[in-house]
Amino acid sequence: MNKKIITSAHGGGGTATKEIIDIVREYLGNPVLDQLGDSALLNLGSTEIAFTTDSYVIDPIVFPGGDIGKIAVCGTVNDIAMEGAKPLYMSLSLILEEGLEFELLERVIASVSSAARKADVLVVTGDTKVVEHGRAGGGLFINTAAVGRRYEGCNTSVSNAAPGDLVVVTGTIGDHGVTIINEREELDLESDLQSDVAPLNTLVDELLTSVPGIKSLRDPTRGGLAAALCDIAGASKAGIEIEEDKIKVKREVKAACDLLGFDPLNIANEGKAVIVCSEDSAQKVLEICSDNEFGRESVLIGRVVSEHPETVVLRTRMGGKRIVDMPRGENLPRIC
Amino acid sequence: MTVDKLVESISNKSDRIGRTVNLMEVCGTHTMAAFRSGIRTRLPEQVRLLSGPGCPVCVTSDNYIDHAIELAMTENTIITTFGDMMRVPGSRGSLSLAKARGKDIRVIYSPQQALVAARKNPGREVIFLGVGFETTTPLVAWTIQNAYSRKMPNYSVLCAHKTIMPAMRALCDSDDVRVDGFLCPGHVSVITGAEIYKPLCREYHAPCVIAGFEPEDILLSIDMLLNQIISGEASVEIQYTRSVTAAGNKLAQKCVNDVFKPCDASWRGMGVIPSSGLSVRSSYKEYDAELKFPRIRVSEVKRDTGCRCGDVLRAVITPSECGLFKKECTPDNPIGPCMVSSEGTCAAYYRYSRIDE
Ligand code: SF4
Repeated sequence: MNKKIITSAHGGGGTATKEIIDIVREYLGNPVLDQLGDSALLNLGSTEIAFTTDSYVIDPIVFPGGDIGKIAVCGTVNDIAMEGAKPLYMSLSLILEEGLEFELLERVIASVSSAARKADVLVVTGDTKVVEHGRAGGGLFINTAAVGRRYEGCNTSVSNAAPGDLVVVTGTIGDHGVTIINEREELDLESDLQSDVAPLNTLVDELLTSVPGIKSLRDPTRGGLAAALCDIAGASKAGIEIEEDKIKVKREVKAACDLLGFDPLNIANEGKAVIVCSEDSAQKVLEICSDNEFGRESVLIGRVVSEHPETVVLRTRMGGKRIVDMPRGENLPRIC
Repeated sequence: MTVDKLVESISNKSDRIGRTVNLMEVCGTHTMAAFRSGIRTRLPEQVRLLSGPGCPVCVTSDNYIDHAIELAMTENTIITTFGDMMRVPGSRGSLSLAKARGKDIRVIYSPQQALVAARKNPGREVIFLGVGFETTTPLVAWTIQNAYSRKMPNYSVLCAHKTIMPAMRALCDSDDVRVDGFLCPGHVSVITGAEIYKPLCREYHAPCVIAGFEPEDILLSIDMLLNQIISGEASVEIQYTRSVTAAGNKLAQKCVNDVFKPCDASWRGMGVIPSSGLSVRSSYKEYDAELKFPRIRVSEVKRDTGCRCGDVLRAVITPSECGLFKKECTPDNPIGPCMVSSEGTCAAYYRYSRIDE
């Protein structure tokens, strides 16, 4: 009766998820896996390849700003981009539930197509399975994998941040998570809020080809900005200090978070990047970001410090300080 | 006033008082807001914020969780609840574990969604876990009225609603609790109005300020409490004037009175407090899950976990004084509910206060 079992908290991307990763590492650990990046980095002769896989079980399948197809492409492409690589090819496996309407399937595939075009990747292989009614949540799950070629001489690992570096976020936070909760739970928040789901590889391409001082890249998906920053601080063994009044949160997102008792820092994003760069390249980073359609609202939110190593501290709007902790999955209903 | 001015004013007043003052945030939302905004790091040492019993999840008894799980195991039921309840440990695990084992337990965001679930599942009984203070009670009362007028046969509430006033009174009566003033809960007071705190001022000479939830609100309320302490007064003041009136929301009060009646209730760590709970009136008895499933009885299990939530909720100790804090008890493995709820005092200390240590 008291055997430990998986609960929804284990899917939250925070500390509970780590328990699963620990088991995988215990049995399958190897130097590549142990890097635990968004993608694995593989040396194939003279080329360095980034390789990633991801599954999408989002409910609802269609939401303001996107659908499961768009998110499957963008999420995977972003995982490759964050490792400092250019996404090239991807796979697409569909797990369909009996009863799914063809019209919906077609809409999702069309959306995969347009996102892939935008991200300039080719879907080159795939698979289809049909499962009994009731076994695939909302009717459609997607698994993807992708490979990309690493930019020469670029290393964007989360372990590279060092005191003095600056932290940039490419826009408002929490849009995706709140949009999904609002849709799924029929909260009826009056708003035009949309998911921010977007492929970030063109932005990353511009950054990596023209700014030498990029240290770390991370997309703040599950677990939100808090998890991404905690990852960077932890892996780099440095402290991070961010400023509340610099972080952009849309009014609707803040209102929904207040209502539900959530912290916007913990809410998922699907089209934002956290960029750690050297102080002297920050200006150039901001310029490039603000010229890109997915980085227009980029802001400098803080810096890497030598105090409080492995800890993220928020300087609050009122001049106080507090810890930004790794989210734990239980506060947030699972979003994707 | 700007934040800096407020901090300065509080600091000056604290100097004038010349001793430590203990101000209690009755409501968990204030505790969380104070931590999140870093207010504690800006207050003078002599102004201490203590967390009170106003987190509904934290004061829910083991027994209630056990009861809810028993109902979840009953054939053909759907349990609906606010998310925070999911991980509260009962004597045999949590709702979250029961859900992972296949029971139909659904997290909802408003009681209205429970009614929707009942409508969509006519062959099954939808039970809402009615937990919370005056803020949530009217909505739950409304679902019962609604189910009644639509003659919905498959909706009921497992009721553990509580009222804040008797708990504040119990705190004032208790010998080991020392509170110089109350930051009264803003959301609760929107419904109840400000008048209800008057007896507290009269009988216990306790200054009360009803506070909003923005950092400036809390600071200003602290400043107002210090004013009262300096002048030796004890009155009810409303800082949160944009939402709170003297009389409160009459409509909501009427709705609650129509559906619920006062009863004795068991508070985790504080024991049974007379007339501090609400139960469903007999005119709506078919919506009371306890009466609807009379065969489900859970006996009170006394667990000795070493958890000191009771003392934390009465502000007799701070979480770090509990021997289990950050050792056996963490948000990933909460021993007591104060570590579970996002409004729980122990969780707030765990998440936000390490920087000060
Ligand atoms: S730290 Fe844990 S065990 Fe101790 S009082 Fe808080 S919730 Fe209970």
